[in-house]
Amino acid sequence: MKLKGKVFKYGANVDTDVIIPARYLNVSEPEELANHCMEDIDAEFISKVQPGDIIMGTTNFGCGSSREHAPLAIKTAGVSCVIAKSFARIFMRNSINIGLPLLECEEAVEKTVAGDILEVELASGEIVNSTKNLVFHAKPYPVFMLELVSAGGLVEYTKRKIANEGK
Amino acid sequence: MTIAEKILAAHSGKDAVSPGEFISAKVDVVLSNDITAPIAIREFKRIGVKNVFDPKKVIMLSDHFVPNKDIHSAEQAKILREFAREQGIVYFEVGQMGIEHVLLPEQGLVVPGDVIIGADSHTCTYGAVGAFATGMGSTDIASAMATGEIWMKVPPTIKFVFHGKAQKWVSGKDFILHTIGDIGVDGALYSAMEFTGPSIDKLSMDGRFTMANMAVEAGAKAGLFRVDKKTEAYLQNRAKRPYTVYEADKDAEYAQVIEYDAASIEPQVAFPHLPSNTKPISQVGNVKIDQSIIGSCTNGRIEDLKIAADILQWQRVNENVRCIIIPGTQEVYLEAMRRGYIEIFIRAGAAVSTPTCGPCLGGHMGVLAEGERSISTTNRNFVGRMGSTKSEVYLSNPAIAAASAILGRIASPDEIKN
Repeated sequence: MKLKGKVFKYGANVDTDVIIPARYLNVSEPEELANHCMEDIDAEFISKVQPGDIIMGTTNFGCGSSREHAPLAIKTAGVSCVIAKSFARIFMRNSINIGLPLLECEEAVEKTVAGDILEVELASGEIVNSTKNLVFHAKPYPVFMLELVSAGGLVEYTKRKIANEGK
Repeated sequence: MTIAEKILAAHSGKDAVSPGEFISAKVDVVLSNDITAPIAIREFKRIGVKNVFDPKKVIMLSDHFVPNKDIHSAEQAKILREFAREQGIVYFEVGQMGIEHVLLPEQGLVVPGDVIIGADSHTCTYGAVGAFATGMGSTDIASAMATGEIWMKVPPTIKFVFHGKAQKWVSGKDFILHTIGDIGVDGALYSAMEFTGPSIDKLSMDGRFTMANMAVEAGAKAGLFRVDKKTEAYLQNRAKRPYTVYEADKDAEYAQVIEYDAASIEPQVAFPHLPSNTKPISQVGNVKIDQSIIGSCTNGRIEDLKIAADILQWQRVNENVRCIIIPGTQEVYLEAMRRGYIEIFIRAGAAVSTPTCGPCLGGHMGVLAEGERSISTTNRNFVGRMGSTKSEVYLSNPAIAAASAILGRIASPDEIKN
């Protein structure tokens, strides 16, 4: 699957409170959550984001709470993937479980600025910065995580597991 | 193997596991709350099984936005209540409920050797009783509710050894804030933290819960303590199930061993906007405050309220400060009443509330306006965490929070004149 979009770039430790503030967690509908995505770090994000666009952070992206509302808001806002040097672990699990692709790539983060256009090939992890004509390679997913992703997330994976066990 | 590795091996039917290995672990407790359960229930239904794998092992309670703060949160709480009734799972209603991570250990629902997953990042709190407990998301909880198992990557363990006698006013909160200040908010990313050493042996259970609670603030998957006599005493007459105690092997492999001189650790204050942005109290300077919060899953236990009561007795909360004290559970509330703490708080001019996570995440019961500052015994001080994005949260132990409430600025209890 090829993803393509414009980069919104942020710094280190982008936490789940700025991705989706707790004051909006009294609902769980994805569309309502998406309306407030990134509101406390970038109030203009939601009016500027286009389907396919890419969020980029540096280290420990998604730290803080376990709220799945965070990757859900990002995904529903139309973001195609998040690229960072590293991700907080619960955010990483949640994203993979719900089918929001994450890529770890230090070089891409260092050499990309906000507004650059990226093309991402998920299977190979190849990231092309077509604005700057540069090619990067993200860290490949472990085999188990690839299985989860290709199953279409944890719900589908669990369905298959249950079916295989003949429950 | 380390404690974490032994627990995970036992729960995945293996003789041994090593860091980096993917396993499917059987879970002993699956927890979710009023924010995360509605999505977990939705995804559980999508999986298509009728009943949870074991109703005795699934726990749900509303604690973040209850007693319902608005119509939306009332709707969320209703989803949990109805699912709980339908499935016959373990459920706590307002009036019995407390802040989940104070309540579950108190009720003996989490025991040593358990694998516990919760759709709340501070699920790691239960590491204080020697359980492998970790926060996950709603879909993980849905999958575990359906199958009784969850995928996990075995984390490497970092060992933290504390030596020496703690200074006056220094508690578990200061040990953990000092640790996070040292290694950073991703200093233990994907790892298990194991806390040990002579100063930890002396630390109370309440202090250990506080430390394990904030392991996630260093990016960790779990924060573990070995089971000792204090743990056993705590569990006596409390533990609802028999349990297995796992000890780390003498030759266990640690990714890193970090040693601290506890005697040199002062009470810590984490400045905005990261828990790692710590300063010792002697270097805080003049920071005026508008609010002081004493409570939460980090510091809402009886020992925390005792410290606050000792400092607030015969004192008045500063006229420029709202001091809000929230016992973590009904049992903590009752015990504080029996001991006379609640009267001390109210006479001092503090507001006392029924248990709720409330202000910690800017939900209710102490939301901050633009330009306001709060000292707080909670666990996070991110931008906008307690309200306005232009407000500030400073994290501390209950002694500092109580003293600051009296003096109107962040201060040590040593500054209070009797």
